[in-house]
Formats: sequence, structure tokens, C-alpha cells
Amino acid sequence: MSAILNSYFVKTHRLEISITIIAIILFLIYLIGAPQVFTRFPIYRAFMQSMPFFGIIAISVTFVITLGEIDLSFPSIVGITSLTFGSILTVTDGNFFIAFALASMLGMFAGLINGLLVTKIGIPSIVATIGTLYFWRGLVNVVSQGKGVAIVDVADGTWHHALFVEKFLDKIPAQFIWFIVLTGLMQWVYRYHKFGNHIHFVGDNKASSQMMGINVDNVKIIAFVQLGFFSSLAGIFTMYEMLYFWPTQGSGLMLTTLAAVFVGGTSVFGGKGTIFGTFIGVLIIGSLESGIIALGLSGFYVQFINGIMITGAVTIYALIQRKKT
Amino acid sequence: MEDLLQLKNIYKDFGNVKVLKDVNINIKKGEVVALIGDNGAGKSTLIKVITGVHKPSSGQVYFKGNEVVLKSVAQSRKMGIEAVYQERALCDQQELWRNIFAGREITNTFGFIDIKKQRKEAEKILRDYIGFTSKAITVDSTIMGLSGGEKQGVAFGRSLYFDSDLIVLDEPTMGLSIQETEKVLNFVKGLKKENKSAIFIDHNIIHVYGAADRFIILDRGEVAGEFNKNEISRDELVKKMIQLHESGKIKVND
Repeated sequence: MSAILNSYFVKTHRLEISITIIAIILFLIYLIGAPQVFTRFPIYRAFMQSMPFFGIIAISVTFVITLGEIDLSFPSIVGITSLTFGSILTVTDGNFFIAFALASMLGMFAGLINGLLVTKIGIPSIVATIGTLYFWRGLVNVVSQGKGVAIVDVADGTWHHALFVEKFLDKIPAQFIWFIVLTGLMQWVYRYHKFGNHIHFVGDNKASSQMMGINVDNVKIIAFVQLGFFSSLAGIFTMYEMLYFWPTQGSGLMLTTLAAVFVGGTSVFGGKGTIFGTFIGVLIIGSLESGIIALGLSGFYVQFINGIMITGAVTIYALIQRKKT
Repeated sequence: MEDLLQLKNIYKDFGNVKVLKDVNINIKKGEVVALIGDNGAGKSTLIKVITGVHKPSSGQVYFKGNEVVLKSVAQSRKMGIEAVYQERALCDQQELWRNIFAGREITNTFGFIDIKKQRKEAEKILRDYIGFTSKAITVDSTIMGLSGGEKQGVAFGRSLYFDSDLIVLDEPTMGLSIQETEKVLNFVKGLKKENKSAIFIDHNIIHVYGAADRFIILDRGEVAGEFNKNEISRDELVKKMIQLHESGKIKVND
């Protein structure tokens, strides 16, 4: 037992192992407490359907958090890009390519603005992105005049609708497969691409990174831009699932997304994080509400237990971190 | 000896603060030059200009006889100027194999790091250039667990590996034990044998005197005096520094 505990893999993956154990315990509680729900498939299909919408963003936010920065504006970027996507798709009578290109470019542009405000103007990211959070949501309200956009006529039954949200083998929602693929890809980028490497260095120590020849500003800007892109992608997924745009779209994503990242074990101080952890964090945060209800507790417990999970997880990480130093 | 690096009329302002005022410096091939001066004299700024961290506000830089514009750290490195900033240019939570290659990763066309190669080269640097024999330190160790001397060793090993012509040493003995300091000073002396040049900043005049060929004294952003080692004894150098500190100027022909 102690040989396992002291092995290199365990030593370097303490966070990932802790979070996986927490997730397993949680799902065991679900299974024991509500076997009638959790031994059958539909609940998992529901999870696979709903988790990717904030899961994709959580993976992407992990990069920004690892930088030691934060972005609070992504819920509104989801809003403005969803509106753009829905409107363009309607206007062009279902031209996916134009709608996708414009929505994702707008998402990246919104990310670019965040990045420039933080690096070139020097506004702390928490302040800058509160500004853009209101700005983009405000723009959604002004443009939509509080009205929704239905895309049923131009999207339902099309190949692109199938590409994003079709049920694979009648069971697995396409968005979940996309979520897994993107998680794998971003994990690779995070650990082994030059960009992911630089994210870690800049988040660890900005001044040292600069002395080592890393272009700190560019790394930060790219991080915000990729988050803008993935926010637009999450918006497009939501549009295909719901076939409808509503002006508050995305605004509920903020806390669940950030909670998944922090429960996943990424350090708020920067320099250290885990995409795998965020993935497990998404499974935990995304399952809590249904899990709690299925266990027979009233909905009033949801936030309370969410609070226990988040506080408990980050306490464990802080203790692991303290033991290391 | 031919000139390696020449700085001509270098000025550097940060807003209204004039940090460097008309600095002229020559570094020859195979020469170790010490920059000395009080805190705020502009030593750090000057070496950051040389290593490409800060752009000078005005002035010219010549490297190997050609005028160059030092735009970035990456560009200075490419030319052969390598900085050893002590542990300040290492990132604590990242592994050694990542730190050694930070900012110049070995990558494929898509920018993905060749992990195998980078780890192998890091291993070589660890064993051959730095001479780490301890089993406790591997390429997977994070910087956090290293002693001051070990961090210094990593920074030196890195500069040797990348085969630079001019090595800039920013306070290389700060916070080190006597034994580790000895190693660092030996390293500096070893550079000369390989016909490499070095710029050396240190607060400790005893260390500086032992390792350097020439001393350049900076004071409030200006070159206040310049001495070859054969022109001045250690005690005289200390006296000059005290004099500068007390009167604000140096009598060069004292």
C-alpha cells in the first residue's frame, strides 16, 4: 500500500486522484440512495446532454485560471454569439458556415477585447471582465429587444443539427462526444503544446517568464481569445439543443463553470492546474442538482450541498498543497 | 582582443524617471566585466537592456561589430546573449525539463513539445553541465524543492547548453552558502577559458574583485568610473565605492 502511495504517478497526480475519489464516492451515494434512478440509463443520458454546455467552457476557463487571471464575461459572450448565430442562420435560411464563422469570430473578438484590456490597458481581469459581462449582455438586450429567436425552421433535421446534438446510436448525445474529444485535445494542448507550457509559466511567475523570453502579453491575449471561441461554441451547442434563443441565454453558466474548475483542483493562484480535474469537476457539479433531487431531498438542498462540495474539495487541495511545501 | 558588445549613448526612461543617462560600455571577447554600484544605480536596468527585456529609449548597440536592435529576450538569445538571473528566471511550480527549455521549447511544426527529446537533453544538462549527482533531483523535480545553489546551477547549465557568447550574471552569489559561492566564482573563471565574455553584477566587492577583469561603476544611471584590475587593488576599489557613497562622485585620478 505504501509503495503505491509513494509511486511517482501518485505523487504527481495527487489532485487528480483525490478528485476522482470524491466523484466516485458521490456517484456511489447516488447509486445507494436512489438506485431506481441511477441504475437506469435515462439519468446518464440527461447528464450527457446537459453537461457539455458548461463543460466545454470549463475546460477553456481552466487555461485562464492557470494564468492567474479570471474571466467573468463568458456568460454574456455565450449570449451575444448565440444571438448572432441564431439570427444569421435565420437570415441566410440555414447557412451553417456563415453563421458559424460570424458567431465564432465575434466570440474571439470579445475575447480579444478582454485580453487587450488586461494586457495593454492594464485593468485587472476581474474588473475588466465585469465590464464586458455587462456590455455584451446589454448589447444582447438592446439588439433582441427582449425577444427570442426561433431556429426550428432552419435548423431542425439538418446535417449540422445532427453534427452537434444528434443522439449517437440513439443513446449518446453528440455534444457529449464533442465534449470528450475537446477535453482530450485541450488536455494535450495544456500539457504539451508550447502555448499550454507558457500558460503555466506565466501563471507561475510573470516576471520570470518574461526573462525567459516568453511573450507574456501574447500568451494572455490568446488565452482570452480561445475562451471567447469556446464560449461561442457552447452557445452554438445550446442553440441546436434548444432550437431557440432567449435573451438571458448563458447567464446561468457563470458559477457552475467556475465551481467545476475549482472543484477540479486548478489553483486560483495560477501556475498549476488540471484539465482532467476540470472534467471530473464538471461531472460532479453537473450531477449535483439531479442527484440531490433523486435522493429525495428537496430542491432547497441543492445550493447547500454545492457549497459543501466546493468548500470541501478546495480545503483538501489546500491541505495537499501545504503538505508538499 | 576584439569587441563583442558595445553600448553607445544608451538612455532609458520609465515615464519621467531617467534610469540610464548616456551610458557607454565596451565588452571584449573573453572578458569578465563587473558592474558595481549602489541600489538604484541602474545596474539591473542596464542588463535588462542588454538581454532584451527593456528597449533603450535611445542609443546604439553593436554586437560583434554590427549595429543591432535588441527587441526581445528571444532575439538577444538568438544572437548569443544569455542571462543568468539566479532563481528569479525559473518558475517554482514547473518541472526542471520544462524550466530549462522555457521560451525555446523543442517543438514540432504544430508547436507540440518533443517531450522525449526535451527530457533527454535536460537530463544531459543536469548530469554533464551542472554535475548533479544526487538521485533526489531529476528532470521531473520542480524548482520549489531545490536549494539556492542548485537553482543557480540550473540557470548556469542552461546558459552553457545554449552556447552563448555573452553571459549576463545578475547577482549570482546572492543568498548562497560559502561553498556554493565558490562554485559559482569558479564557473565565472571557467568562462574565460572558453573565450566567452560575461557581465557580472554583485554587491560583494570581494567576489567581484576575484572574478572580474574590469570594473565599471554605475552611479544614478551614469558611468562614474572604469578600472582595469591591474590598475587598482581591492582595497582601493572599496575605498572608491565608499568615497562615491559619501561624496556622490569619484576622483578617477586619485
